Amino acid sequence: MSIPFYVSPEQVMQDKAEYARKGIARGKSSLTLEYDGGILLMAENPSSLSKIGEIYDRIAFAGVGKFSEFDQLRKIGVRYADVKGYAYSRDDVRAKALANAYSQAMGDVFVRELKPLEVEMLVAEVGDENLAGHEKNAIYRVQFDGSISDHEGYCVIGGAAEDLDALLRAEYRPGLPLGDAMRLGQRALQRANEGAPPVDPDNLEVCLLEKARTGRKFNRLPSDRVRELLSAT
Amino acid sequence: MKFAGFGSRYEGSSFSELLRVDHPQLGLDQSWVRNPPGPISAPHGTTVLAFKYADGVVVAGDRLATEGHRVASRDIQKVYATDDYSIMAIAGAAGPAIEMARLLRIELEHYEKIEGEPLELEGKANKLSQMVRQNLPAAMQGLVVVPLFAGYDLRRHAGRLWKYDVTGGRYEETEFEATGSGGLFAGESLKKAYRPNVLRDEALRMSVEALTDAADQDRATGGVDVERRIFPSIDFCTAEGTRRAEDGEIEEVYRQLMAARRDRSNSR
Repeated sequence: MSIPFYVSPEQVMQDKAEYARKGIARGKSSLTLEYDGGILLMAENPSSLSKIGEIYDRIAFAGVGKFSEFDQLRKIGVRYADVKGYAYSRDDVRAKALANAYSQAMGDVFVRELKPLEVEMLVAEVGDENLAGHEKNAIYRVQFDGSISDHEGYCVIGGAAEDLDALLRAEYRPGLPLGDAMRLGQRALQRANEGAPPVDPDNLEVCLLEKARTGRKFNRLPSDRVRELLSAT
Repeated sequence: MKFAGFGSRYEGSSFSELLRVDHPQLGLDQSWVRNPPGPISAPHGTTVLAFKYADGVVVAGDRLATEGHRVASRDIQKVYATDDYSIMAIAGAAGPAIEMARLLRIELEHYEKIEGEPLELEGKANKLSQMVRQNLPAAMQGLVVVPLFAGYDLRRHAGRLWKYDVTGGRYEETEFEATGSGGLFAGESLKKAYRPNVLRDEALRMSVEALTDAADQDRATGGVDVERRIFPSIDFCTAEGTRRAEDGEIEEVYRQLMAARRDRSNSR
């Protein structure tokens, strides 16, 4: 009779976490920044498969890591938000509840499944000054094991997140105009692949949650507009 | 892979299917209408119309809802922008019709978010057709919904419009269409005035005149109510999106129209 060999739960979790981190580190980073007109989401993404997506009127999503996994999570988020908004009211759909639901689901997969999710996500919600209790922006980061954190001003996800975070901590100030915020974001993403040529604006995926819009505030910027905003001083 | 926290089984891109599969308690269950507790009395919307003009398509509707011979509401909304480039106008039972417009709007938005690009205009019109067909059991009990659907087709660079019958039948119209209790009169009015490619001002005038004619002949149509300052909804859908006419400009057009008609009667 063979003796089933013992692996400590600690070791299992460590191995899973390492596996997930490695998977995430292979991809490029994404970031979000608050600017004077709302929230900016940016990713270096030469492909046509989006890393940033619209969830609801004031809520956007950004994912890094394995595309199939975070895109599935994005779609689930859209379904969750649309059903909630249909059953209650559009103002009842909040980023906090969504980020929590993501956290639960991802934590569950991390504990139960053999293979953890190789993804990390951002959920951003732009505030509405005319809606009491909804005035502030909110940014949540959810990691592969379901750990969740909220952020003010900026947040980075992906492989080189710590490095980029240091740069943003040093250079970010509240109330940046859009062009400045985008240039700061571009420099931060640049830092993610040091030594490589500068990030081509055509390879930047840039989306905004614009306060000034009515209804759906999500806006995906076309590449000529990205170029224009990055070059203006 | 399943995510327990969300409990979702449906994986496609249709919102109404998502409701049917995962949230039947919210959805479109109509089993109750087969055995209604009694005759169903509900507010009905009356006159809506749509026609093509130079820049796209215009959709208009009065604001009155009636329940039998009573006024149910004087300022109900019958013209709904379902997204930036499409408009649904409702006639018939107001409750289910407004819900249908709301559901269509979410359906189009949901598809766009899941798939990353919007449906073609024809796809939107077809989706509405399925929703009208689903309403058939309720229609058999008197809760008929017969919408108009119109929009700007960004691929063909033209305005297009459709009418529906109670079974979900979908018919594309090349010029104009009007429906609801005053639809006959509005349609006759448009038939006399219609010319292809009129400019916006003329299109606005034609809409106001058609609704005024409908209100003249049909007691259930509201028309322009200057006293209470309730104006019809008139939406213009073009390559630039959907714009609603201001109350002020509708009032001015209406006053000019009435002045012209008074002059005509006085000169007799």
